[in-house]
Amino acid sequence: MTLMAEPSATGRFGEFGGRFVPETLVPACQELEAAFREAWADVAFRDELGSLSREFAGRPSILTECRNLGAKLGIRLILKREDLNHTGSHKINNVLGQTLLAKRMGKTRIVAETGAGQHGVASATAAALFGLDCKVYMGAVDVERQELNVFRMRLLGAEVEAVHSGSRTLKDAVNEAMRDWVATVGDTHYCLGSVMGPHPYPWMVREFHRVIGDEARQQSRERYGCDPDVVVACVGGGSNAMGIFSGFVDLPVRLVGVEPAGGAAVGRGVPGVVHGMRSYLMQDEYGQVQEAHSISAGLDYPGVGPEHSYLASIGRAEYPAVNDAEVIEAFQLLARAEGIIPALECAHALAWIVREAPNMQGKYVMMNLSGRGDKDVAQMMEILG
Amino acid sequence: MSVAIPLEAYLRAQRAIGRKLLVPYITGGLPGWEHALRAAASAGADAIEIGIPFSDPVMDGPVIQQASQLALEAGATPISILRQARDLDVGIPLVVMTYYNTVHHAGHERFAQELEAAGISAAIVPDLPLEESGPWCLAADGAGIETVMLAAPTAPDHRLPLICARSRGFVYSVGLLGVTGERTTLAATATSLAARLKAITDVPVLVGVGVSNAEQAVEAVQVADGVVQGASVVRRLLEHGAEAVAEYVAEVRAALDHVPA
Repeated sequence: MTLMAEPSATGRFGEFGGRFVPETLVPACQELEAAFREAWADVAFRDELGSLSREFAGRPSILTECRNLGAKLGIRLILKREDLNHTGSHKINNVLGQTLLAKRMGKTRIVAETGAGQHGVASATAAALFGLDCKVYMGAVDVERQELNVFRMRLLGAEVEAVHSGSRTLKDAVNEAMRDWVATVGDTHYCLGSVMGPHPYPWMVREFHRVIGDEARQQSRERYGCDPDVVVACVGGGSNAMGIFSGFVDLPVRLVGVEPAGGAAVGRGVPGVVHGMRSYLMQDEYGQVQEAHSISAGLDYPGVGPEHSYLASIGRAEYPAVNDAEVIEAFQLLARAEGIIPALECAHALAWIVREAPNMQGKYVMMNLSGRGDKDVAQMMEILG
Repeated sequence: MSVAIPLEAYLRAQRAIGRKLLVPYITGGLPGWEHALRAAASAGADAIEIGIPFSDPVMDGPVIQQASQLALEAGATPISILRQARDLDVGIPLVVMTYYNTVHHAGHERFAQELEAAGISAAIVPDLPLEESGPWCLAADGAGIETVMLAAPTAPDHRLPLICARSRGFVYSVGLLGVTGERTTLAATATSLAARLKAITDVPVLVGVGVSNAEQAVEAVQVADGVVQGASVVRRLLEHGAEAVAEYVAEVRAALDHVPA
């Protein structure tokens, strides 16, 4: 069986995925699935998305070799620079795809959830470009720790609503975006920001991010004449990891998705159902969803995309966890050694690489640097004093 | 200990004598919930939904979200609520409403058996649509638990017969596009969807979500067989306690009883 192909008719990756949504949303998900399938097979749609990716988002993103850090760690360390995309992260790939699709479906409004604000900023950006109304739901805790991104979204014309229910982070922002969509499904598209949610989202969002892996494989072969030994990315919902994994999943390449210790859905969760999907989920003994705790708002999520659960269950990818202290170290390390300030999310991937480097001597390690760290500078100022 | 009263048979019998059906919803585990439930039963409810609170209730608006959170903070669990439900013995069918992860986590067979053992007649799982409902329905059918399916205004015509065919107890006709909560007027979709359902099924059709007071209940039963009342009941329980629930249910009951059959 080919990995990372289309899921089953019920949206399953193995036993994970599905479409567990209120009845009101079932027709909308079916309509979205049909529209995506049709658009993705349409050369004109792919061309338009390709043009936007080049001329608006700035693709292809480059590879950067970390010579200083690589020498220090005893590995060849290559970064896939998704941080250099317009809006500062990989999120723009998915958002351009979804907003283009929303326009094609005749929708006039999008809603989005956001954690760190990267997906919210990307959504607000695309909405501005395409003339769509945009409302972004963001946990009240995240609104506080990412106030710069909140202002950015408002500057771009989006309405940002702080969510005060539950843990007041990403999980609750998803709940609120779904509640909005239940009420507005006629004219509104839910621009979900990761490879999660009900079918077709995990599949569709992965396809929109496939460009990361496709580019990375080609660039690596052109420049180094080989594929990496190890590909590493951070995992909250898991979209940037899915994007880069998709380029290497059929090759003999070790795939590593790094979770935060306080939000390790694969590492510490058991299968559960929330936000429309069956996947690994941090929950208590009665199935109540537990709150994730991570220094990075973008990874503060108790679940994970269902295809990651599948890759973990068959042993194709591994999902270790790193703690906040390791992340803070890695964040500073990349800044000082290479002159690149990473997003706190990506610092998780680097933290694992640093920890694991003694066991990977001489290996070629590619890391997806999925976002830049500007948004985290104020938070780090407080932490580092 | 409660003995489960079959929901659909009971509702059909009530309908047959010209009665409009009234099903209040009460969040299980809220302080005083059993008292409120007994009061609602005495005040003329035909069945009662017991909400088993879930951490992430995506179909619920602010009132039931708040009630769920309070119940969870008070230590409510599916097991504690079902244990309390076992002793209610109110003489009308009891229906559990909960989100699918509660069921999934316990296991389909085990959850169905726990409901059966607690004297619960039926279950409503609002995030378990038709296409995903197979394994649960199999277990529920096996344990004699009736599974109420939801129909929404967004459903195309070909979908509604499939939902009605799989629904036991009643068909839950979702009154509007949106989550639970009180609204100033009854949405036009409430009666239009109920009419579409009544045209194709003999199973009782109850309108829920956005039926906010006696007047709106009366409006809904011009077409439907009855109503589910959630947020309007739970808000009274949160703000004023069980007596206010009894008064309100009695008020809606009286209004429904004055609707010509």
